[in-house]
Amino acid sequence: MNFQELQEQVKNQFSQVEVRFSSFRNNNRADVSAGDVFSFLEFLQNKMGFDMLVDLSAGDYSQYPGAKHRYGVWYALLNTVAGTRLIVRTGVDDPDPRLASVFSFWKGADWMEREVYDMFGIEFDGHPDLRRVLLPDEFSGFPLRKDYPLRGLGERHNFQPVIRSEG
Amino acid sequence: MALDFLKDNFLVSKLDFIANWCRKYSLWPMPFATACCGIELMATGASRHDIARFGAEAFRFSPRQCDLMIVAGRVAMKMVPVLQRIWQQMPEPKWCISMGACASSGGVFDTYAVVQGIDRFIPVDLYIPGCPPRPEQLLQAVIDLQAKVASTGTIFGLEFEKRTQPEGPRPLQLTLPDKDKLVAPGNFSTSTRVHS
Repeated sequence: MNFQELQEQVKNQFSQVEVRFSSFRNNNRADVSAGDVFSFLEFLQNKMGFDMLVDLSAGDYSQYPGAKHRYGVWYALLNTVAGTRLIVRTGVDDPDPRLASVFSFWKGADWMEREVYDMFGIEFDGHPDLRRVLLPDEFSGFPLRKDYPLRGLGERHNFQPVIRSEG
Repeated sequence: MALDFLKDNFLVSKLDFIANWCRKYSLWPMPFATACCGIELMATGASRHDIARFGAEAFRFSPRQCDLMIVAGRVAMKMVPVLQRIWQQMPEPKWCISMGACASSGGVFDTYAVVQGIDRFIPVDLYIPGCPPRPEQLLQAVIDLQAKVASTGTIFGLEFEKRTQPEGPRPLQLTLPDKDKLVAPGNFSTSTRVHS
């Protein structure tokens, strides 16, 4: 199943949602809105055979020329039978960046969604255990946001020093 | 009594000397190696540079068996509680060498995740500059630490009890200048920063 056939099948079987397809340097991409991305991904997984979630990541597009949403979130999918790849992109915005979790049909989304939450503060509804995965639990900021200062908000020096006479 | 006279004037000083002499030629390093300085630390322990010539060849990976912590490499803020716990698990008397630019000051890693010098959080006896330092520098640090033990050490560790204050730099400023607050490139083709 090549990209053309995929586009036609999506158009025929999943017409209720607007999906914009594009292609750039052999990357086949589909853009959908944040509200429709869950149903679209579920359709791709159930009907189109995209059985593997290769990657789930995000980016902060604040002040990026031409960006429609502050955060971009993308899902890299692979059909392991046909070898087809597809990148599904969506965007969310402040003040409450929120998406539906795809953990229910791709178990591999567990830590990826936790990492996106950890770094960008995008919350995933329906995730069974949404907490930080790389940074310590008591960390307060979301460091890959563009408005997070490079030197942090005091996290790196928020520890009690050990006094030599006490230990 | 006559023995009190001896204790005050002669015996204590000689016991300190013997204790220091035993301690300084039998340092047991705890390799807290997190980055490339750890490779130089391993090279120092290997046959070419041979830290055994200075009596410090017994690297132990349990803090209970060590008395010299060598922090080699950058320390992430997530690692600080581990570093402090390992330091506190080491039995007295103990010393700490901060090896390399990153352990001493954060080095080039001036980011939210890397602490800007371990001396902000644990007491440090000796700093080694370099990125990474040569093994010879680490050997010189061991020699300098031996001199420090010989000149300041006491049999009951009284020299440590005098160090009742935090010894590192003061905490970094929490409020940041405006130009540090926004780090998005203002012009994405040249990546110039937006300074508000």
